[in-house]
Amino acid sequence: MEPTSGKFTQNARRAIGDQRLQAALANFTTTFPKKRLDVIGRLPEFDALRDEGVAIKTHVQANLEFYLARFEERVSEQGGTVHWCRDASEARETILGLCRAANAKTVTKSKSMIGEEIAINEHLEAAGIEAVETDLGEYIIQIRGESPSHILVPAIHLTGPDIADTFKDKHAELPANRDLSEPEAILREARAVLREKFLTADVGLSGANMLIAETGSAVVVTNEGNADLVMNLPKTHIVLASIEKVMPTLEDAATILRLLARSATGQDITAYTTFASGPAREGETDGPQDFHVVLLDNGRTEMLANDFTDMLGCIRCGACLNHCPVYATVGGHAYGWVYSGPMGKVLTPDLLGAHKAADLPNASTFCGKCEEICPMRIPLPRMMRHWRERQFMEGKGAAAKGKSGLKLWAWMAKRPALYRMAASAAAGFLGLLGKGKGRIGRLPVPEGRTFQAQYRENAGEDQ
Amino acid sequence: MNGAREDILSAIRRAAVAPDGDPAARMADPRPNLVPARGQGTPDELLARFLSEADAAGGTFTQLASRDEIPAAAEGYLAANNQPLEIKAAPGLKNITWTQQSLLTVDFGRAEGADHVGITEAFAGIAETGTLMVLSGAENPASLNFLPDTHLVVLDTSRIVGAYEDGWALLRGENGKTGFMPRMVNWITGPSRSADIELILLLGVHGPRRLHILLIDG
Amino acid sequence: MPKFDREGIVPAMSERAPHVGFFVTCLVDLMRPSVGFAAIKLMEDAGCRVSVPRAQTCCGQPAYNSGDRADAADIAKRVIAEFEGFDYVVLPSGSCAGMIRKHYPELFAADPKWQKRAEELSAKTFELTAFLVDVLGVANVAGTYGGTATYHDSCSGLRELGIKAQPRALLAGVDGLALVEAEKSEVCCGFGGSFCVKYPDISGAMVDAKADDIMATGADMVLAGDMGCLLNIAGRLSAKGSAIEVRHVAEVLAGIGDCPAISRRD
Repeated sequence: MEPTSGKFTQNARRAIGDQRLQAALANFTTTFPKKRLDVIGRLPEFDALRDEGVAIKTHVQANLEFYLARFEERVSEQGGTVHWCRDASEARETILGLCRAANAKTVTKSKSMIGEEIAINEHLEAAGIEAVETDLGEYIIQIRGESPSHILVPAIHLTGPDIADTFKDKHAELPANRDLSEPEAILREARAVLREKFLTADVGLSGANMLIAETGSAVVVTNEGNADLVMNLPKTHIVLASIEKVMPTLEDAATILRLLARSATGQDITAYTTFASGPAREGETDGPQDFHVVLLDNGRTEMLANDFTDMLGCIRCGACLNHCPVYATVGGHAYGWVYSGPMGKVLTPDLLGAHKAADLPNASTFCGKCEEICPMRIPLPRMMRHWRERQFMEGKGAAAKGKSGLKLWAWMAKRPALYRMAASAAAGFLGLLGKGKGRIGRLPVPEGRTFQAQYRENAGEDQ
Repeated sequence: MNGAREDILSAIRRAAVAPDGDPAARMADPRPNLVPARGQGTPDELLARFLSEADAAGGTFTQLASRDEIPAAAEGYLAANNQPLEIKAAPGLKNITWTQQSLLTVDFGRAEGADHVGITEAFAGIAETGTLMVLSGAENPASLNFLPDTHLVVLDTSRIVGAYEDGWALLRGENGKTGFMPRMVNWITGPSRSADIELILLLGVHGPRRLHILLIDG
Repeated sequence: MPKFDREGIVPAMSERAPHVGFFVTCLVDLMRPSVGFAAIKLMEDAGCRVSVPRAQTCCGQPAYNSGDRADAADIAKRVIAEFEGFDYVVLPSGSCAGMIRKHYPELFAADPKWQKRAEELSAKTFELTAFLVDVLGVANVAGTYGGTATYHDSCSGLRELGIKAQPRALLAGVDGLALVEAEKSEVCCGFGGSFCVKYPDISGAMVDAKADDIMATGADMVLAGDMGCLLNIAGRLSAKGSAIEVRHVAEVLAGIGDCPAISRRD
């Protein structure tokens, strides 16, 4: 999927004019915040748990080498293998190599943002290996050739009829006149089609919400149970995760898990939370024979050393998307890549390059709602401002477009007498223009004289 | 890939993040962080909480006086829900007198695509969210929790604990402080679900459509 | 107006009126001076001595939010120097007060001397309604209004400064005014400073939703504590042909609401 983050403004305009998308967004951005409020209302310790989550992540970031090394040791002890990959290209090659070694024809996948980040599906398909998304929403957009519009509900921009049409189009071997008017019917068909894939897949490729150093485990969270079918049935299980996902202990994982579902979907916990710790043990009749963890850097070590370290605390809950008024207006696709909403505004320039996503950190009013609800207390507006600072220094981005105007304003702001004169002139001029109407076009106009001018006059001072 | 490993680790070192805590000590002696009040209580409180949370998550349950009642309860549940009277059971449940229910067909082993009903045993129940903690093993194949349409789970009430951390403590306590982790630990809370289609809640998206807990008074 | 003399003997606080340095803010200065006079009246009625330092211009937020830290810091230094002599610094704007309280210390994170001065200024800087309620304990105000009003919670005031209850407490003291809450009073209006200029489509959609939310309350008037929001909202309500009055909360509290509302005829 080719990123279109550079076309944010056009994407946004199109999204605003898309009535069906707007209806879906309206439904979605009312429902999720309410569910979150309800569920955290039933957990008085929620705020204290946020502080604990932040403390854990801070500790992990300070000891990342220790925990990654320990994780690798445990995985090896339990019969698995860890593969270290510096960037997307190395990760793609590693995964392809493992699939080839397994003579894989079909790979089933559970949701992995990292998988999208490195575009692994396209890479496998190009090598003649079928890569099938099994999360219902991800499957739907995969067969449509679209990218996810939200990290949790990737097909939220589609209606039931959209999906039914897609199934009729893509599952051509089924009777054309079958009734897919009910969501339940769509579900049954998806279940039947994907069951085939689950049962015949040679390799299961999953993401991981967390990795646990203490036990060499990958933690995978779903509501569907698709990840468990991906992790249990094929002969080979590959976990794909970025390095900042590692947690010290099972207890630390429990703390984060208490924050995750509540922030994401408004559930106390998802239907399935799985701790996968290696290949099948002696005597087990199911489970993979081979267990691999592909650890990806792809810019994370750089983030440890720069202004954006706090972003490594993100647990990919999607709460910031659910609460952002800009996301609510334009939806996920406008951001043009894998990560959307406020977290996407911070991550996308970092991972794609600031010049490819120049608009993203600028398309924010800094209303601060994202920071207010982020379970990990990430100062997202501050991160976006850091991007604007970088852009300003380089003379690029939206900041640069208004640079001359803003520079002039700043210059004036340092010269009070000049500022007062200019303000008075502007007030007078604009007031004259809008006289009698109270406005110029849609814009309200000044009352006619500045406060400072009136105040000085009242006080008998010079202007 | 040794080059990559060293590159990544040395990049981490170069970042020189300010020190925080003692990782070796944290790993050697894992401690619970904050445990919410809902994960604490008397055994009676925890049982009641477990049931109400499991119910809220869409699971159902039958309370039994002993393991001898399992076959009848299983058959009763399946009949009431118009499900086939054929069960694939975890080998660890072999010592239950299944034959007393002549209508039930019970096979033992892992799940196959054709299996409609699976039954496994839970290691523990976590009251704070009505969660079943299920361990994989030769005696308890994990596929039984996910492939069949209907999932029956045996849980002894004496195994109901308050919080997730209590489940971990139980596991370490019984299996040793290291090497205690089975291949897979599944936390299961209600049946499989999705809201991917217009946020409409649908059950049985890949995983079981039905989760029924057989609670043994322990 | 003489500046407060720190070299002289400073009587104990309870013996003299608090000396407030009033920072009028660019938008009030340029677009709606009556808000400035209303704010002064409210503070004087509550027993303060109010001065308006002459050399004030801008708080530096436009530069800061567009990534121009250097200019923002220069402007901030001037503001600190101009205002640090007062007992309190009060602004009729949540976003400008937030800039000083929350962001000035961060601007000087690498400069301990200026950071200390920024922190000291920050500690005594307040948005108007927060100052009246939290510092002065004002319960009664002069204003009266026969009608219903709804309050828009400007984002910076709400999230950076915790302003929520204070304007409502003060409005409860306005005889005849009935407050009705909008369902989405805490959702951003889409102004965002330069955001509304750079992303007019998105901003327009956001202010449209805000206008609809306000209109759905059936209120006669919408109030807020930030001119940016108010101008933005007034423009959209006007375009929708709505008769809802748009005013700064200070005007209604001070009882000078007889001047035309924002974007109304003379």
